[in-house]
Amino acid sequence: MSKLLIEGVSRTFAGVRGGQPVKALMPVDLAVAANDFITILGPSGCGKSTLLRIVAGLEAPSEGRALLDGKAVTRPGPDRGMVFQSYTLFPWLTVAENVAFGLRERGMAQKERDGLVASYVDLVGLKGFENHWPKQLSGGMQQRTAIARALANDPEILLLDEPFGALDNQTRGLMQELLLGIWERRKKTVLFVTHDIEEAIFMASRVIVMTARPGSIKSDVAIDLPHPRHYTLKTSPEFSGLKARLTEDIRVEAMRTAQGQPAGT
Amino acid sequence: MRPLHPVSPGLRTVLGISFFVLFVAFWAWITLGGHVNRIFLADPLSMLRDGWRLLVEDRFWLDILITIWRVFGGFVLASVVAVPIGIAMGAWKPVEAFLEPFVSFARYLPASAFIPLLILWAGIGELEKLLVIFVGSVFQIILIVAVKVGSTRRDLVEAASTLGSTNNGIVKRVIMPANAPEIAETLRLVLGWAWTYVIVAELIGSSSGIGYMIINSQSRLATGQIIFGIIVIGLIGLLSDFAFKAFNRWLFPWSLA
Repeated sequence: MSKLLIEGVSRTFAGVRGGQPVKALMPVDLAVAANDFITILGPSGCGKSTLLRIVAGLEAPSEGRALLDGKAVTRPGPDRGMVFQSYTLFPWLTVAENVAFGLRERGMAQKERDGLVASYVDLVGLKGFENHWPKQLSGGMQQRTAIARALANDPEILLLDEPFGALDNQTRGLMQELLLGIWERRKKTVLFVTHDIEEAIFMASRVIVMTARPGSIKSDVAIDLPHPRHYTLKTSPEFSGLKARLTEDIRVEAMRTAQGQPAGT
Repeated sequence: MRPLHPVSPGLRTVLGISFFVLFVAFWAWITLGGHVNRIFLADPLSMLRDGWRLLVEDRFWLDILITIWRVFGGFVLASVVAVPIGIAMGAWKPVEAFLEPFVSFARYLPASAFIPLLILWAGIGELEKLLVIFVGSVFQIILIVAVKVGSTRRDLVEAASTLGSTNNGIVKRVIMPANAPEIAETLRLVLGWAWTYVIVAELIGSSSGIGYMIINSQSRLATGQIIFGIIVIGLIGLLSDFAFKAFNRWLFPWSLA
């Protein structure tokens, strides 16, 4: 059985001031196997974040449903950990307290929490920063904390919405390796939304390419590159071949998006 | 001068002090130089003399203490009532829809106009003074807190809900801590306004306090005492503001830039 099943999920936003309703997402079907690392690749505005938010339970689908382990998603829950593009660490909590947040909400005793928190802080390489406030951390460190915070709940699936989108290129590369390394060691079902083609290929066992708005699935590409992956993989011929193919796919969609906008923008 | 260009700390201090010096110098010039009638405006030196006599002979410090007590009493009363209501309004939209129109209306009711009514209800004792400050502050605090809470970062709330927070958990462990520094800032602001209300309350039907001393001095044309009283209010206001600021900084180290 699939870990996550998306059945005919679509999303239409009500028209602004009596205008036409906007179709953001055409009905999408997707089955995600357990421990798969799926990246959803698409031009901006294609509804890929909307799809992720529906799986998270932060938005309701207009039609269809998402099922996790056979149970329909109706609201957000700790079984679906999420990392956002914006920095969403709680600024009044230290790194360790942020990581412990979900465990505390669950009512876990402090003693039990401490060990888990330490191991997740260590996992994302933030040992020594436990007592820092988020504002004292770089963007990359904040996102690492956010990943540790989501993982500490031991969710059934990890949802990431362009988590490295606000980071500079070098940091982004390091973060990709860090997250992939964690996945290679711990295995977890991951749904990762991005508009970066290289990132989508490098991370994924399967890339879902989406069309321009209203979004639907354009292609479904298995990435059979060996693990563990090293950043040098990005310069290999196999990688380049995949990149060329996906670039072509995405380019067509990006152009459709661009043409849909008024001239001069 | 280049717009928005920062000024050095040394120059800032010098400039800040020099206005006080200029102000007092101008005051001394028009009073000591005989440009205004001494009956209407005392000069700085006799103001200080009058102030000293007030403190030493007339036990004015008792009036100061009683005024401080009234301000803080009324202010604490208003805060204890207003902050929870403001949080409830900001967090739960039906509560806001229920209370917001009335509170917006009540906010424009001038506290000073309630004084005759409050005297009828509560007499001219301490309770009436506290109530004037309460009426003047409570609606302001409710509204500002509700607006701050209502604009809590949505992504933090969403993050908490994906981490398993319940509705109550979100209010208690996200909305409240996220807004605590801003609420404290609001209280600091309103405390400044409370000083205005207390003096108004003491001008009418009172037998103690800084405001009472001021209205009492007016009948004796003791302008030096009046000015001394006003300056004392300003100084206490400034000190409590500094203390409040320092307290907030100590309480919320994470919110510092």
